[in-house]
Amino acid sequence: MKYLEAIRLALGEILAEEPRAFFYGQDIAGPFGGAFKATKGLSERFPGRVLNSPIVEDAMAGLAIGAAMEGARPIIEYQFADFASIAFNQLVNHAATTYWRTGRSCPLVIRLPVGGTPGGGPFHCQMPEGWLTHHPGLVVVAPATVADAYFMLKDAVACRDPVCVLEHKYLYYHLESDFDPATAEHLGLGRAALRRRGEDLTIISWSGMVHRALAAAAELESAHGIAAEVLDLRCLKPLDAESILASLAHTGRVLIVHEGFPYGGVAAEVLALCCERGFAWLDAPPQRLSARDTPVPFHPDLFAAYLPDERAIVQAALELASF
Amino acid sequence: MSDPELRRRLYRVMVLARACDDRVAALKAQGEIAGSAFLGRGQEAFSGAAGLCLRPGDVFAPAIRDQAARLAFGETPLDVMRVVLGRRTGWMRGRDGNIHRGDWSRGILPFISHLGAMAAPVAGVLLARRLGGRLGDTVGAIAIGEGGMNTGALHEALVVIGVERLPVVLLVADNCYAYSTPRERSYACRDLAERAAGYGFAAQRCDGTDADDCLRACQAAFAAARRGSGPQMVVADLLRLAGHGTHDDASYVPAELRSRYGDCLPLFERTLIREGVLSAEEAERTRAQCRAEVEAALQQARSEPAADAATDEWRVYSESDLLNLRWRR
Ligand SMILES: Cc1ncc(C[n+]2csc(CCOP(=O)(O)OP(=O)(O)O)c2C)c(N)n1
Repeated sequence: MKYLEAIRLALGEILAEEPRAFFYGQDIAGPFGGAFKATKGLSERFPGRVLNSPIVEDAMAGLAIGAAMEGARPIIEYQFADFASIAFNQLVNHAATTYWRTGRSCPLVIRLPVGGTPGGGPFHCQMPEGWLTHHPGLVVVAPATVADAYFMLKDAVACRDPVCVLEHKYLYYHLESDFDPATAEHLGLGRAALRRRGEDLTIISWSGMVHRALAAAAELESAHGIAAEVLDLRCLKPLDAESILASLAHTGRVLIVHEGFPYGGVAAEVLALCCERGFAWLDAPPQRLSARDTPVPFHPDLFAAYLPDERAIVQAALELASF
Repeated sequence: MSDPELRRRLYRVMVLARACDDRVAALKAQGEIAGSAFLGRGQEAFSGAAGLCLRPGDVFAPAIRDQAARLAFGETPLDVMRVVLGRRTGWMRGRDGNIHRGDWSRGILPFISHLGAMAAPVAGVLLARRLGGRLGDTVGAIAIGEGGMNTGALHEALVVIGVERLPVVLLVADNCYAYSTPRERSYACRDLAERAAGYGFAAQRCDGTDADDCLRACQAAFAAARRGSGPQMVVADLLRLAGHGTHDDASYVPAELRSRYGDCLPLFERTLIREGVLSAEEAERTRAQCRAEVEAALQQARSEPAADAATDEWRVYSESDLLNLRWRR
């Protein structure tokens, strides 16, 4: 099953099993079924519950807040996470503050296609977790596997707090695994997952970068005899601090690899956590590998040089291991 | 002309709103209120008339100067005092204050500062009801000023409301100023009712200083929305008779403008007395009763515990165990 198919499967089950759920987003209804086809076929199966919205990103979130407070379970789809910046206010100032201000929970789900694909350019490739996690009150998750694409979406609907689900656009079509919801492991929404065990260092990653981290870890093992552990954060806010610190305690070395901008954000937060609470276990200064501190470039060659690739991860890991 | 009982009710709501606002202004001057205090002086007729058209089960997103509509829709002076004094017993428990108050369960949406941001949530409430088959003849009312009319948030929400043909009444209090910005710097059309057609809204205009005219326009708009005639807009022409907040002396408002717009409250009182709907004694008694009601609410709120940093839960998530949260069926 592909990552996107797992999302579509989950969305269908959500509508079938949660009568309060409805979907709202641009071009998601009818035979078109959304820019990435995540909702294809669903408006026919569930008439009246998959609604096309006008191009109103701010009102989509605002509408979802009102519907959630009225007892519905709205799931909104942004066509690209980049355009959710239009809804910055409703997300961080309204959805995120509602429980704290009013004592009533605001159960809505925001689906955000994130991340880079060659040729996408500055406004169709961004990672929004920096700003989404900065403000108190949102839950932010980033499924990196087919199983997580399925489970975390359903868990997000079960959650009574607003959840932003970062779906990686490259993984939509390129990630495939033989996933069976009946037998696959279903971790709690907030848990990080150890994707590979190792002794020498920990690579912490999330979303699409997890797969580059895993490829780099395999290379480190086979070519350099270095056993790298790979921790997939899964949930970016709140952080599973115990799992991060446990892995740090195990290896003593941490490399954070992600696709977003380098300044601030989740990587800086994880690094700060390692220093503040894991100092005694550190055998080397924790390191970050991020995208460059520029907008996302359009040309595939520029784009390839913009993100940390497998070689860069291996190089950084070797330096860290030999510190 | 509306029936005498309704006009008397409107008069009382206007007096109570003015009494609330006056007391809040005094508390602010005395230093008992943290932050800002915003008054609805001069807008009681339009706001109160709209509030009286709301019924239990409706949903209302007030704007800055809607003390009258809030009271007409069920907010009490005690609700007001608890929030402005930051009491733990209040709706906002000291976590938010002044006009940023409301109660989702009563259909009074807790205002966030960002103008225009409360409109889409009203649409969401109504859409959820429609999807759940329980919309009935409930109506959503959204209050906004001529300044807030320019926000992208409001524009987007009106597009949605129009497209979904939701039973919404948009209450536009064009009070000549957005903070210090005169209305000529806020819009270039003749008046804001001209925008209604662009969103698929029907429009009414009224004289915001004339309570009877406000009642007429609001009643027509709410009745139309309730019977399924689609979204409605009511634009009231009036003047803000206070500063933007109590910190603002509004010296930028020219005297000529002040003399052009009357104060809706004494105007209505004189009309009611002239027409024999209210006696001068009844008016005096109403004022005294309202002042006493506000004072009692204030004393009650003062006696209650303030927000307390040591005991506040400081929680932003309602889920207590996100780590292990899983969908179950
Ligand atoms: C989006 C946004 N921008 C700016 C402000 C600051 N602000 C608060 S009230 C106000 C003026 C509002 O004018 P109007 O909407 O006409 O309402 P009025 O105060 O006249 O009742 C401004 C600029 C705000 N609250 N929200």
